[in-house]
Amino acid sequence: MTPYIGKSISRVDGVAKVTGKAKYAAEYFAPDMLYGWVISSAIAKGKITRIHTEAALQLPGVVQVFTHENRPSLAWFDVNYKDQDAPPGSPFRPLRDATILYSGQPITLVVAETLEVARFAATLVQVDYEEDDHETALEHNLHRAREPKSGVASLLKSPPPKPRGDFEKAFEAAPFQTTGQHIHSVEHHNPMEMFASTVVYEKDGKLTIYDKTQGAPNSQMYVSQVFNMPFSDVRVISPYVGGAFGSGLRPQYQLFLAVLAARELKRSVRVSLTRQQMFTFGHRPATVQNVSLGATADGTIDAIRHDAIGETSRFEDYFEIVVNWAGMLYPAPHVKFTYNLVPLDTFTPLDMRAPGGVTGVPALEMEVDELAHKLGMDPIELRLKNYTERDMNEDLPYSSKELRECFRQGAERFGWASRNPEPRSMRNGHTLVGWGMATGIWDATQGPARAEAVLTVNGKLRVTSATADIGTGTYTIMTQIAADTLGMPIEDVIFRLGDSNMPLAPIEGGSWTAATVGSAVKVACEALGKKLFKMAQKMKDSPFADAKWEDVWFSDAHILLKTNPYAAVSLLEIVGQNGGRAVSETATSLPNMLEQRKYARAVHSAAFVEVEVDEDFGTVRVTRAVTAVAGGRILNPKTARSQIIGGMVWGISKALEEESVMDHQFGRFMNHNLAEYHVAVNADIQDLDVIFVDETDTIVNPLGVKGLGEIGIVGMPAAVANAVFHATGKRIRSLPITLDKLL
Amino acid sequence: MNSFSYARPSDIGTAVDELATHEGAKFIAGGTNLLDLMKENVEHPNRLVDINRLALSTIEDTEEGGLRLGALATNADTAYHSAVQSRYPLLSQAILAGASAQLRNMATNGGNLFQRTRCYYFYDTQTPCNKREPGSGCGALNGFNRIHAILGTSDQNPETACIATHPSDMCVALAALDAVVRVTGPMGERTIRFADFHRLPGHEPWLDTTIQPGELVTAIDLPAKGFPEYFTYIKLRDRQSYAFALVSVAVGLEIDNNRITDARIALGGVAHKPWRKPEVEARLVGQSISETDFAPIAEALLEGAKGYGHNTFKIELAKRAIVRALQRAAKLEPQV
Amino acid sequence: MQTTLSPETRADLAPSLPQKQAIKLTINGTVHHLELAPWTTLLDALREYLHLTGTKKGCDHGQCGACTVLVDGKRINSCLTLAVMKEDSDITTIEGLAAENGLHPLQTAFVEHDAYQCGYCTPGQICSAVGLMNEGQAKTIDDIRELMSGNLCRCGAYPHIVDAIREVMHIEPKS
Repeated sequence: MTPYIGKSISRVDGVAKVTGKAKYAAEYFAPDMLYGWVISSAIAKGKITRIHTEAALQLPGVVQVFTHENRPSLAWFDVNYKDQDAPPGSPFRPLRDATILYSGQPITLVVAETLEVARFAATLVQVDYEEDDHETALEHNLHRAREPKSGVASLLKSPPPKPRGDFEKAFEAAPFQTTGQHIHSVEHHNPMEMFASTVVYEKDGKLTIYDKTQGAPNSQMYVSQVFNMPFSDVRVISPYVGGAFGSGLRPQYQLFLAVLAARELKRSVRVSLTRQQMFTFGHRPATVQNVSLGATADGTIDAIRHDAIGETSRFEDYFEIVVNWAGMLYPAPHVKFTYNLVPLDTFTPLDMRAPGGVTGVPALEMEVDELAHKLGMDPIELRLKNYTERDMNEDLPYSSKELRECFRQGAERFGWASRNPEPRSMRNGHTLVGWGMATGIWDATQGPARAEAVLTVNGKLRVTSATADIGTGTYTIMTQIAADTLGMPIEDVIFRLGDSNMPLAPIEGGSWTAATVGSAVKVACEALGKKLFKMAQKMKDSPFADAKWEDVWFSDAHILLKTNPYAAVSLLEIVGQNGGRAVSETATSLPNMLEQRKYARAVHSAAFVEVEVDEDFGTVRVTRAVTAVAGGRILNPKTARSQIIGGMVWGISKALEEESVMDHQFGRFMNHNLAEYHVAVNADIQDLDVIFVDETDTIVNPLGVKGLGEIGIVGMPAAVANAVFHATGKRIRSLPITLDKLL
Repeated sequence: MNSFSYARPSDIGTAVDELATHEGAKFIAGGTNLLDLMKENVEHPNRLVDINRLALSTIEDTEEGGLRLGALATNADTAYHSAVQSRYPLLSQAILAGASAQLRNMATNGGNLFQRTRCYYFYDTQTPCNKREPGSGCGALNGFNRIHAILGTSDQNPETACIATHPSDMCVALAALDAVVRVTGPMGERTIRFADFHRLPGHEPWLDTTIQPGELVTAIDLPAKGFPEYFTYIKLRDRQSYAFALVSVAVGLEIDNNRITDARIALGGVAHKPWRKPEVEARLVGQSISETDFAPIAEALLEGAKGYGHNTFKIELAKRAIVRALQRAAKLEPQV
Repeated sequence: MQTTLSPETRADLAPSLPQKQAIKLTINGTVHHLELAPWTTLLDALREYLHLTGTKKGCDHGQCGACTVLVDGKRINSCLTLAVMKEDSDITTIEGLAAENGLHPLQTAFVEHDAYQCGYCTPGQICSAVGLMNEGQAKTIDDIRELMSGNLCRCGAYPHIVDAIREVMHIEPKS
């Protein structure tokens, strides 16, 4: 039996998705279910002086209108409102009081018998405000920048490393220098599925909640702590998630509101947000960054400085790793990195696909490209000249790093060798053609997780873990890992996730799920295998009576002696000895910290992009792109390719289209819909190619895998911007590169 | 969305009566813009008169040698109609540059004329907008106005200021083609020249068109002259498809023996209505296509243009688009 | 500063509910009789009243294509039409595409090409692709890309979506 790991298995949840049978949070029904409609604040700062709910309450079909004035008493302490991804500070509490903290803040929930009545009733509610002056513009408040507060979240997100060497002196002495200020706007995740929670009020007052989340246990914990309910009374289910990209790492306010209404009214309630309301919670924060590089004539980068100022809310200090990447990518001896925050009257930013990485790395990689141009050096050659096998921030060797091979194979596939380095050297009529490349990097991490493996009486293997599949392919790769570990045909393996009753797994994010949950699935299946082996040993005339665990292996749903393939016992036969009951094991996998701490662990990529720019109009089209990834062991090339392609599409979208534009008169995002917040459409995407270079890593985790969820996007924005520079000779340091910036 | 009643008349007379007898009623055909705006609480008709049963979906020749587009023919059926494709390819090109295949299957020709602006402030009921809420002010004037108008704006009086643009692609081509809108109302039938159909904001920015209350568009007549040989529609936007125009240009030329004998140039995305200047177009007549410098024509068309900050780039962009469109229409450039 | 910025309200709108009426919808060959007020969109009728949740709500404003269904064989955005307006039409949703045994060729191709990730836009993509094929206007890869641009895929599966459709339409990869 050949292993499933490494094979291009079609998604095990594919048929459910193409037939419409896969059910998302707003697609569950309960008898007499009510619908909630959220009313959002019109102002950015101030307080509510009055909410006129009379007209709405008079409307037939309206059951209740919840505001800060009639909400029940809830948990008092901030700690109760902290979810697993909460940054330091005081989490936002919906309907807490009359205070308005940001435009779009949920201030009222109208609950009615139907969706339409709730929607109409919401228009009948009038709100009076007392408005205060707000500050929402990062660029006007840079003088207020300060260091981020530290907290639990800082454990996963390292602050900038201390300066090394003497940046100022080295930079001044450098014969070749580049300096650039890089800015980009706020972006919103905008998964296709809008946030929704369906709260089913059970007869005994327990809640079964279908929630859009990247971690069912996270939502369970939040609800139980805020509403003072035992964990056992709150079950959160989330088998399918219509995209999230980080937006589901924190419980969103519709969960709070739906639970509040269900408990107060003792009825099931569904609250879905509108697309406009998808712009009223976390977002990728805008940043202003300065990057300076100093190099010698041979291209040795001696000095690097990267400073970033990001925005956060007034109540929490969201921060991300923006400036540390240079120390992981280049071995310059003189470096200085700073990262500061400006609190504004907005909602707290939130991790969004490759948070910080796709903010900081593009700024760095654009300046590296600029440096190559100034040096008259090929951009790949410059990167090879400054290649490092060590993470200079941690002063540790990489557990594996095949970035060099990414450069080589990516360049070959793309045809980089025939590039004329001169900007504006390729033209076809009004169309300027440019080729650009950039490096990508993201952490390869592993956390603790639990999984349960069950051999059913029918001889099927059922594995569960309370992780999520936000489109990443978790269902499929876990099924493959489980099938291989116990030598089962994949049709006989079922993997289930997204239920807080299942063994605990962390929120799905940071590209750690394959490593984290995959390792848990492996150890749970191994534990089950050992149990089955012991049972087999006790069977009458067992061929394993004298065998040790090391002497057997699993294949074709049998345990076999390695030395004698005819000495085999089928798993079905073993479970048959269990008195009509299934056999199960639950196990926890922990990262091997002792070993891992000796190494830096990261996934790398090289992105190559061709653009066509209309010289007169400034319109940019990415005509082809190649990304080569060093991502450890590839569990499933088909779903892995989709992950990288998806990241590349995001990268193009970020580089050319995406920005949430706030009108600071009102402190409000104005293009809050999918017609005006542009994400890439089908016609924006031409030929994309993905290469996975061979990379063996025995340190990073027992499976040797590195997550692929973020790496696809990290290199792309700079590769696009560098290609635009090559095409036009214009270095655009403000993303997205819309046509007006190239006119 | 507010509460409303629903009627589905089967003949034009009843439909017109419906509006005459119900104040606050509105016609609905494709619904692609009206329902969108009702969900945003921008529009709140108390009665919807569904006109989809009326026999207004045909596309047929007129006695004058032109083509009559039924008001209820969909945008898709119109764009792909063989007579439109062969005799009015400019119109076909413009329609297909707009919206998505799904929306074009729903949206009707009549409805397209009533598309409302995409101005962010018009759509967001929590911000001021003189078009939506007369006298409330214009949020865009000093706000985020990247998609806004540069020509024919109203910006002097805060209570009537409006720098919104008309969002349609189809209408830009119809303007270039000198189409005629046929309407039926309480006072009977009448026709409106396309140039007179949409209006500038002036002192009444809440009015998009010159149609009278209760009037129903029944057809759009295209004159015989369709510029099937020399034409182009250029649409510049923030992504390759499914985005509104920042600037668009429709050009139709007639060329005889290397000389321009007739010229039409209409601009989209720059004003409250498709923008034309016949006196500037006339300057092209008699010119040799290979020797004419189109830049002064572009300059003249943009004369008086005014930027409001974020949208100032449109002035230069429009000029370049006009030059390219003229070159393309004259076949000095590939159509792409 | 005292301000009254309120959700749009109008004095002429007395808070009363619209009349429900009997509505007949033919969906996937089955006639459904419903009592609905005119303000129910086709999308909400499918999802909330008939529990046919295969058709997705991604924006509710015709800006994403997730709600695409086929009405008399033509693809439309079901969020921007009222259920009452589609009484005489044959409506096909993702639930009605598959043959008795097995999948529609496009469904099979989407699985084979991994033409999705989260799956939320997928029913709309597939219905849209069926509509695209019915229209007969797409001859090349670029045509497919343009004519499928009314269906956003935030996961970015576009290249695979195009591969799946292209294969079913027998269009060459480099056309």
